[in-house]
Amino acid sequence: MPRLTQSTGRRLIAGIPTLWLLLLFLIPFLIVFRISLSEVRLAIPPYTPLIAWHHGKPSLELHGSAYSFLFTDSLYVSSYLYSLKVAAVSTLCCLLIGYPMAYAIAHARPATRTVLLMLIVLPFWTSFLLRVYAWIGLLKNNGVINNVLLYLGVIHQPLALLQTDFAVYIGIVYSYLPFMILPLYTNLEKHDPTLLEAAADLGARPLRAFLAITLPQSLAGILAGSLLVFIPAVGEYVIPTLLGRTDQLMIGRVLSDEFFENRDWPVASAVAILALLLLVVPIMLFQRLERRELESGA
Amino acid sequence: MNDMSAIAKTNASAPTDAERDSAYVRIAHVTKKFGDFVAVDEVSLDIRRGEIFCLLGGSGSGKTTLLRMLAGFERPSAGTVYIDGVDMSTIPPYERPVNMMFQSYALFPHMSVEKNVAFGLEQEGQSRDAIQRQVGEILDIVKMNGFAARKPHQLSGGQRQRVALARALVKRPKLLLLDEPLAALDKKLREHTQFELLNIQQRLGVTFIVVTHDQEEAMTLGQRLGVMNHGRIVQVGTPSDIYESPATRFVADFIGSVNMFEGRVSDERTEGVRLECDELGAALRAERTVSCTLGATVWAAIRPEKINISRRPPPSADAGAPENSVRGVVREIAYMGDMSIYLVQLGSGKMVRVTLPNTTRGRERPIAREETVWLSWHGSSPVVLTE
Repeated sequence: MPRLTQSTGRRLIAGIPTLWLLLLFLIPFLIVFRISLSEVRLAIPPYTPLIAWHHGKPSLELHGSAYSFLFTDSLYVSSYLYSLKVAAVSTLCCLLIGYPMAYAIAHARPATRTVLLMLIVLPFWTSFLLRVYAWIGLLKNNGVINNVLLYLGVIHQPLALLQTDFAVYIGIVYSYLPFMILPLYTNLEKHDPTLLEAAADLGARPLRAFLAITLPQSLAGILAGSLLVFIPAVGEYVIPTLLGRTDQLMIGRVLSDEFFENRDWPVASAVAILALLLLVVPIMLFQRLERRELESGA
Repeated sequence: MNDMSAIAKTNASAPTDAERDSAYVRIAHVTKKFGDFVAVDEVSLDIRRGEIFCLLGGSGSGKTTLLRMLAGFERPSAGTVYIDGVDMSTIPPYERPVNMMFQSYALFPHMSVEKNVAFGLEQEGQSRDAIQRQVGEILDIVKMNGFAARKPHQLSGGQRQRVALARALVKRPKLLLLDEPLAALDKKLREHTQFELLNIQQRLGVTFIVVTHDQEEAMTLGQRLGVMNHGRIVQVGTPSDIYESPATRFVADFIGSVNMFEGRVSDERTEGVRLECDELGAALRAERTVSCTLGATVWAAIRPEKINISRRPPPSADAGAPENSVRGVVREIAYMGDMSIYLVQLGSGKMVRVTLPNTTRGRERPIAREETVWLSWHGSSPVVLTE
């Protein structure tokens, strides 16, 4: 193939995702960023324009009021912190549940492995929303769990399960577990079993061998899985809205309330920008690790 | 090369007779099945303290499975392994007085050379100073002390092999298992490493059990060999025992190259047997006593270097019924430098392989292709095999 066509083809292939990101990520981001630097007003659109005309002269109108407002009301700071806490705890739970599952799948016989992986992916065949609604039916006061416990005589009063932190954790861990298991499985499946034999041969008991050999080698998988759970969990909207507390909102809910109920687009945009900044750090971390993984040529 | 290893072996620190006689590793009626497949079939074997024992066999012969049972990675389906008199049946790999060098080396990729070698000592809970000293010593022995901080992927194949050896030796095991130790090295490096392994084995007085499919590696490394086929030990002996007196056709064929002639026993006396061979078109006399009945079908194996090739018929051929000599036509000649290989076709169509060392330069008119030649051999050369 002539060289010219080859490089054109390469540019085309790289161009499509670039265009995609440009149109659907960078431009919307810039729009949101620009809205966050305006002030609310009763108009269409409901924010001040970027360029105001004073006596026929254009002047740039940038306001930081939306950002400073976020720190005057404790609602925002506490929502951010609560979101980070929920995401962190959920990620840890996913890791503790997902690691043994991924390990078991990676060590299963090939035929069993296919079935197990299928079972991990199977829930995606039903709508996410339906599955979260199903948890309401399980967790509510006269729901399945309370009824069974009452019937068995374990409890005499229904437990308040719904609209608690517990319900949010259940919802997030249940929904995001596959995102933890799959990258962990991909990592663990590549491990050379003779390394564990070598460790045993050198006198390491199975637990020691796991800690010294398997765990450090699966760090990249742990990080990938954790970020895939942590990042969307921070901004999670549906699960806390349906299952969670009403007195403590997560940042996703705050953002949507600002947009649709308060119609304060600048503050809503500022909330979104700040949430993004909170996530940029872990994303950068992830990319650095990925690059290092590539360079080490594993 | 064989000469050098012979020298190395005689220099070995001589163990006392009592030590030599004690079986350090005893494999007693060990069988290993994987489902219906019998990988190791009723193997019994004694390996002496301080010797280098080579398990030699093709792929699927069960040699690696046997080694893995010694290391404790596989459990025998039947039978018992004793190491230094202790029954190993219930002892897990991490408690056995054995270390193994893996074919793939199995170095821990996320650890430096130093960390890899120190790993075994750390499991024993030794002090940091003691570990550092021993790691330094063993890296000196394998000449890798300049590479302590490198990661395995920064090393060449030969360097990795040395690190793997150091890691397996640092705990000073009494028994070292080596799975195809030289397979991943190129030819030059292999020969060099072979002699280094012998050297280290003698310095540290370790018992080596080496698994290999490479007969040359087995011959140079092993003081004794065990040839395996289909999960069984076919023959155990010194390299020359096995080469000069193979017990079966499989062994004769597996070790080195051989010319095999099928024949019937036509005469059997104390000084040897006489075979009638249709393939040979002549009688064959072997000066070896074998227990076989008159008229039985047996095989005579003759090594290519034990056959003479000449233009003139040997004196014995003048008599009416020639023995141990036959006429043929040279079909192919391969000049190898140090020797030449001749493929000679007999009247029956059978091809015979003959090797001659090229001892003199520019010999007058060497034997050429399509020339008619006489092949002959001494009565001590053929080995008569009944199975």
